[in-house]
Amino acid sequence: MDAWNRVFLCLIFAAILCTSSAVQRGGNQPTERISGSAGDVLEDNPVGRLKVYVYELPSKYNKKILQKDPRCLNHMFAAEIFMHRFLLSSPVRTLNPEEADWFYTPVYATCDLTPNGLPLPFKSPRVMRSAIQLISSNWPYWNRTEGADHFFLVPHDFGACFHYQEEKAIERGILPLLKRATLVQTFGQKNHVCLKEGSITIPPYAPPQKMHTHLISEKIPRSIFVYFRGLFYDVGNDPEGGYYARGARAAVWENFKDNPLFDISTEHPTTYYEDMQRAVFCLCPLGWAPWSPRLVEAVIFGCIPVIIADDIVLPFADAIPWEEIGVYVYEEDVPKLDTILTSIPPEVILRKQRLLANPSMKQAMLFPQPAQPGDAFHQVLNGLARKLPHAKSVYLKPGEKILNWTAGPVGDLKPW
Amino acid sequence: MKLSALQQSYLNRRANSFRGSPQLDSSGDGPIKSPAAIFWLILHGICCLISLVLGFRFSRLVFFFLVSTSSNNLHMVPFRTAPQFTGSLDFQSALTSNPQANIDNPANRTTIASSTSRVIVGRHGIRIRPWPHPDPVEVMKAHQIINRVQREQRLQFGVKNPRTVIAVTPTYVRTFQALHLTGVMHSLMLVPYDLVWIVVEAGRVTNETSSIIAKSGLRTIHVGFNQRMPNSWEGRHKLEARMRLHALRIVRKEKLDGVVMFADDSNMHSMELFDEIQSVKGMGAVSVGILVHSANTDESTSLPQGKDGEEAPTIPVQGPACNSSNKLVGWHTFNSLPYAGKGAVYIDDRAPVLPQKLEWSGFVLHSRLLWKDVDKPDWIRDLDALNGVDEDIESPLSLLKEASVVEPLGSCGRQVLLWWLRVEARTDSKFPPRWIIDPPLDITVPSKRTPWPDAPPELPSNEKVSISTQEQPTKHSTKSRSSRSRRSRKRKSEIKVIGSQFSTHSEQN
Repeated sequence: MDAWNRVFLCLIFAAILCTSSAVQRGGNQPTERISGSAGDVLEDNPVGRLKVYVYELPSKYNKKILQKDPRCLNHMFAAEIFMHRFLLSSPVRTLNPEEADWFYTPVYATCDLTPNGLPLPFKSPRVMRSAIQLISSNWPYWNRTEGADHFFLVPHDFGACFHYQEEKAIERGILPLLKRATLVQTFGQKNHVCLKEGSITIPPYAPPQKMHTHLISEKIPRSIFVYFRGLFYDVGNDPEGGYYARGARAAVWENFKDNPLFDISTEHPTTYYEDMQRAVFCLCPLGWAPWSPRLVEAVIFGCIPVIIADDIVLPFADAIPWEEIGVYVYEEDVPKLDTILTSIPPEVILRKQRLLANPSMKQAMLFPQPAQPGDAFHQVLNGLARKLPHAKSVYLKPGEKILNWTAGPVGDLKPW
Repeated sequence: MKLSALQQSYLNRRANSFRGSPQLDSSGDGPIKSPAAIFWLILHGICCLISLVLGFRFSRLVFFFLVSTSSNNLHMVPFRTAPQFTGSLDFQSALTSNPQANIDNPANRTTIASSTSRVIVGRHGIRIRPWPHPDPVEVMKAHQIINRVQREQRLQFGVKNPRTVIAVTPTYVRTFQALHLTGVMHSLMLVPYDLVWIVVEAGRVTNETSSIIAKSGLRTIHVGFNQRMPNSWEGRHKLEARMRLHALRIVRKEKLDGVVMFADDSNMHSMELFDEIQSVKGMGAVSVGILVHSANTDESTSLPQGKDGEEAPTIPVQGPACNSSNKLVGWHTFNSLPYAGKGAVYIDDRAPVLPQKLEWSGFVLHSRLLWKDVDKPDWIRDLDALNGVDEDIESPLSLLKEASVVEPLGSCGRQVLLWWLRVEARTDSKFPPRWIIDPPLDITVPSKRTPWPDAPPELPSNEKVSISTQEQPTKHSTKSRSSRSRRSRKRKSEIKVIGSQFSTHSEQN
């Protein structure tokens, strides 16, 4: 009698398991699991794998800057503000710096906006330097490792080079004081001065609520082949062409402006998000910097991103296998873009769409308020956790000094 | 880093235009010194004069490179100083070089060059292929990709387990039959589900109808009904109802499985209709937009002017009416009071043709309801029971014992999924059978003052046929009166009449 009961219970349990997994599979669009070079890590939970200590900086570094210009919460670089807010209430935060693995300095360096809303990076090196001076004098943890177990968010155009013009940025290089720290930035390009080894690339900030209000039914057939909206020539700053986007966007326009398969234009319609959901491919060419929020939008709306930016490093490149999700096109191959895109076999295209439909993929690109599991905040923490444990070499011997506190242009050394 | 004043001022100008804030560059650049500014102005003036003389825009970059090659020891690919023509955009290869003499210390630059980077900072050419226009082969391939993607979308998000659509169309041979039947045929050919088309023809099965239907490639059942179509609208409605019941009996006999819908041959269907009816379980109703066509425009504007000050009369819609909890509570029917006495009686009247209270085309039913010896719900009457009793059935609701079981489709009748329209020519209007002119026409009187020189009389008959046949169908219904004068060589005389009419028109134009 007892044995029969047990068998009966096991059967019921098995039945419940089967139905629950079937429901998960049969309900929605079939998706594929995403596993990058770091493995199947998009759904990892960082809680318990690392501890982050948040420095208490005076509000002139963060709150006051934000009060002066609240537009910082909506632009592409808002990730630095939201990361701070997330960390303050996250379970990975620790109030005991002795047990912390990573140290975070909340300084909003990209919040000095022009009337048009573009951030000016001219004061950012001084702000950063002043913050680092503060933490190195008030806490012993900076000097212990000279910043090797600290991380900073620098989501500006060229990361910690703190300039919007590429040549100037290259000329300045990464701020000397940040040479040992881990940088979390949107900019990523291989073999570039402004991308340090060991940096974590994040997607630019795109407002999740705004995108989710524009979702349309998945039944609506995708009828646009290639979609792009944006500038091709930046007449204000590059009137002769050839400088902006290294001529790639202009090449797209000149080659495909009369091609009915390419729905490209500079006009920004109100149905921009809806149109992306009706397109098969969305172009994400470089602009003044190689990264663009179009990548985030394409992933959210299920449109295969066509990345035209040589040597770009895409967000969370070790966790997300971008070659299997998007299409990479060299800038010199832009005139052959239609041949390249039509020669992709349909099964490959369907597979890419299945990968894009994976909800963990979409979640990893967003910075939702409040934070949700699997979102970009958690991917950053996962990335930081993967870099643990710190090598013994990061801890300096007493008296050893590596950083040069007087390096850099003279203007940077002025106190802020 | 030593910048020459030229480069520095140029870069500063770019910074200014980019951010709109002057002189905030803190990387150690001082303010522009006045000699450099004056030099720059003079250079600008010289360039303007040169451009005026030459006739195209002369880029100041020329001087940049001339100056910088002399001052820097940087290794550069020689830059072809081609001024930018506004029209000629065919620089094939990239003008990639290190143009703006970027300025770093050479050591830094060479380290970048040595690591295998594809990317070079600076000005690049705009690559344009020799024929920057769409390639038809690629366009075809792209459309196939789009088709495949849409098919996949339909498989995943569309209707699961689609059922066969059984379309019932009553028709008869008349002038506009080809027009209406072809329209319905094309709509049915686009339906992505399996389809059976039952065409019931009044009179008998004719070759004309068969030839139209055969072009569809659909599975068709073409039957005849032993009664000629009467000349009055009322008679026609009654006969059509009986023809539809005949078709339902065929469904019953053949045990066809699917969803039965009534596709009248002059209605207009939307593709969403076929997606909506897939979900019907018993009998469903959709909203039908009624397009009341009136030959007399005054009449149409004097119509629903119940409220003063309303501009455009709204199109009446027949269909299910729901309350706020999406339950069927009644029916929207056609209000024929404004047309009382003004409606068309005979098929070729010029008065507005009125629909019935509830049109058959607004209803769909599951074919299982028609089968015999199958478990059916209580509320459906057996088809055999209707035989002979009183076949004056106005709408499919007579097949039900209670009307409340009808499912409202199309978001509870809010979506209009098809439109009802009746347009017919005169009953005695003549048209060539199957719209084929056979035998070919003879030569008619050549028209005067045509753009081409007067043709010799020995013209091959084909040409004249092609010129005249364009005129024939359009002018046909109005000319039919005059054509009756000569019964024997009817067609040719019509052509003559029309031909001369045409020539007079062309003279007037």
